[in-house]
Amino acid sequence: MNINMTLIGQSITFAIFVWFCMKFVWPPIVSALEVRRKQIADGLAAADRGKHELELAAKRASETLHDAKLKASDIIAQAEKRAMQIVEEAKGTAKEEGDRLITSAKAEIEQESHRAREALRGEVAALVVAGAGKVLRREVNAQAHADLLEAIKNEL
Amino acid sequence: MSAEAHTSTEYIKHHLQNLTYGQHPDGTWGLAHSVQEAKDMGFMAINLDTMGFSIGLGVLFLFFFHKVAKSAAVGVPNGLQNFVEWIVEFIDSSVKGSFTARNPMVAPLALTIFIWVFLMNLMDLLPIDWIPGLASALGLPYMKVVATTDPNATFGMSLTVFALVIYYSIKMKGAGGFLGELTLQPFGKWGMPANLLLEGVNLIAKPVSLALRLFGNMYAGEMIFILIAIMFSGGAVLALTGGVLQWAWAVFHILIITLQAFIFMTLTIVYLDMAHQEHH
Repeated sequence: MNINMTLIGQSITFAIFVWFCMKFVWPPIVSALEVRRKQIADGLAAADRGKHELELAAKRASETLHDAKLKASDIIAQAEKRAMQIVEEAKGTAKEEGDRLITSAKAEIEQESHRAREALRGEVAALVVAGAGKVLRREVNAQAHADLLEAIKNEL
Repeated sequence: MSAEAHTSTEYIKHHLQNLTYGQHPDGTWGLAHSVQEAKDMGFMAINLDTMGFSIGLGVLFLFFFHKVAKSAAVGVPNGLQNFVEWIVEFIDSSVKGSFTARNPMVAPLALTIFIWVFLMNLMDLLPIDWIPGLASALGLPYMKVVATTDPNATFGMSLTVFALVIYYSIKMKGAGGFLGELTLQPFGKWGMPANLLLEGVNLIAKPVSLALRLFGNMYAGEMIFILIAIMFSGGAVLALTGGVLQWAWAVFHILIITLQAFIFMTLTIVYLDMAHQEHH
């Protein structure tokens, strides 16, 4: 337990160890730790950012969905309105067409009956003339009494 | 050396003597074979066991830490790297907690002190006769395993720290500032002799207490192991008691060796912090 040269030897040894540690041991370890710390911090920040973006996207998606729903119901309402309109128009057109058909049918019937009456009148006139001719045979001259016969025919 | 061959006193003395190499009074160089011979060698002698164990452990420490430092990966660390990083972060937070100035030397210094002192102290937990027994089988007269029970080792460190304290005091405050700190407080310039006495004692007490605290704790712990080891030669009951006691003391000693390494480191940081700061 004497104090001797060991004291100086230990001091030098200690100094060399500290120097070595300061030069080759401490800086690389600390810088590796620092870099890793930064990486982890960056990773966490990125994760946070990702989460935030996800939230935003979800919000955007629900907004878009809402818009789409609104638009779809708009379109449906419009389409229903349009369909109603078309049906109304079709009803109108059909009624007009029907009226028109009825009118023309009536006109035709009128014409037909007129024509039939004309024909009947002609036949009756001829019949009357023939009858009257048979009765009058000689007294009545068809040519001389044509205007009289015509007047009768018109009265029928 | 087993206790049967010696009296208890011889056994204790034997365990407290370093393996000293130096010049005998007759002019020849060689190992000291007795306590008196070692004493006669004076200052020009060297304790081979202290030097050997301390350098060996220091190299071991630097080897492992340097291995990690060389391959320090930023990605997922492996087992050894985890362990080393854990220690480095612990030291780093200790330094950041008590050292306010900026000096890239303090943290590596603290790391070296902590691990080196811890490893030297750790040798205390080896059963006390293993390595000395092996050494005596190899023909070496003495072998002291725990370097920190040699005041040369503890003073070697504390004086180096002291030199750093003086160096940084002068570097930070200038020679005038440092001298002023020693002589102009606490009583002002008219109380200069008293100031110098007080501050001088204060200054000198730092390395002395630093070295003696570590030395005293480890020496006392070692002494208790030696006393317990003497019980092994006192019959079955005593040997059994000794075994239990040795185990209990070793468990308790784990706390002491770590604590002493931590205290040495923390006080070194604090002293260097004080050296970096203006007092008023």
